[in-house]
Amino acid sequence: MKNLCRHVLPLAGLLLAGAPFHTQAAEFNRVQTGKSTLAFAYKQMGVPMEGSFHKFTARIAFDPARADAAQARFEVDPASIDTGFGEADSEVLGKQWFDTKAYPAAQFVSTGVKALGGNRYEVLGKFTLKGKSRDISAPFTFKQEGSVGVFDGAFTLNRLDYAIGEGAWSDPSAVANEIQVKFHIVADAVSAKK
Amino acid sequence: MTPANRYTATAIALHWLAALLIFTNFPLGVYMHELALSPLKLKLVNYHKWLGVTIFLLTAMRLAWRAAHTPPPLPETIPPWQQRAAHGLHFLLYALLLAIPLSGWLMSSAKGVPVVYLGLVQLPDLVGKDKALGDLLAEIHEVLNFGLLALVGMHAAAALKHHFIDRDSTLRRMLPSGKGIQP
Repeated sequence: MKNLCRHVLPLAGLLLAGAPFHTQAAEFNRVQTGKSTLAFAYKQMGVPMEGSFHKFTARIAFDPARADAAQARFEVDPASIDTGFGEADSEVLGKQWFDTKAYPAAQFVSTGVKALGGNRYEVLGKFTLKGKSRDISAPFTFKQEGSVGVFDGAFTLNRLDYAIGEGAWSDPSAVANEIQVKFHIVADAVSAKK
Repeated sequence: MTPANRYTATAIALHWLAALLIFTNFPLGVYMHELALSPLKLKLVNYHKWLGVTIFLLTAMRLAWRAAHTPPPLPETIPPWQQRAAHGLHFLLYALLLAIPLSGWLMSSAKGVPVVYLGLVQLPDLVGKDKALGDLLAEIHEVLNFGLLALVGMHAAAALKHHFIDRDSTLRRMLPSGKGIQP
């Protein structure tokens, strides 16, 4: 009986879990907000720092079999920032930084997705932050883990392109211009009703 | 005074360099702490950390010097209890000059802002990010520094008392070459 539990049950579980998803294309379109993260890394005076945004919504539609038809739309609440450095969290809400009163949301809207081979893709789109828009692209990987899809990607933005850190803060020797943004998105495949 | 009655040129240079850095970094720490967040503050905080690491390294070098040399004796006119007090004070000064930079380094790690010495060499984080621990270490850093201030005050007052009131060679043992040396 013990042997049966140890060998046969996991095998059965594996078959049950794996079978439907290997044979059938799925569109990953329901983001699990609680499991997804939007983080960033930057340097101040050469010191590596890490931060994140706690509040964002992401709507995606991604079918690995039809990647070029994929779509993504992100909306980020800049006021939900954790700069990784307590003293800075309130500072960056002000006019010189995100000016969250005037610009309560940052937005990314995809214009296309390219398959780069293997599990690698690139998403192109328009990123709008503090009223300034730029075309950006971000490479990402896609992994299917059971019934969920996991997207991991990153891109570098120059904060000064978006007037993030104005006045004395525009000095890149204090806070570097390059900000690496990292996204980790977990999404379920919910089949559309036909 | 014969050379054996003075500190070596190396020991004298290290002592006064340490004094200069401590007298720079202490007020810098007090000043930057009061500043509102700004690029200037970020720079000063980093300079403060670099100076602190330098003081730590300098203290390690001075302890190595002491391990390899016997310091020149204190004048025999100084009563034994005062000699013991002087040694005890020196021991505490060395201990604080190691403990204070260490508490600052730990505080930086706990606050999630690693120390990157001279903007080049990143020190490892010995503790993880932990706000409560960071606040505690900030308190410890401050208390140790005011302890250092008191001890340095006693150290300097004793040296000046020996020089100007007792008129003995205590301070001259540590003065740069030639100045004030009499047989």
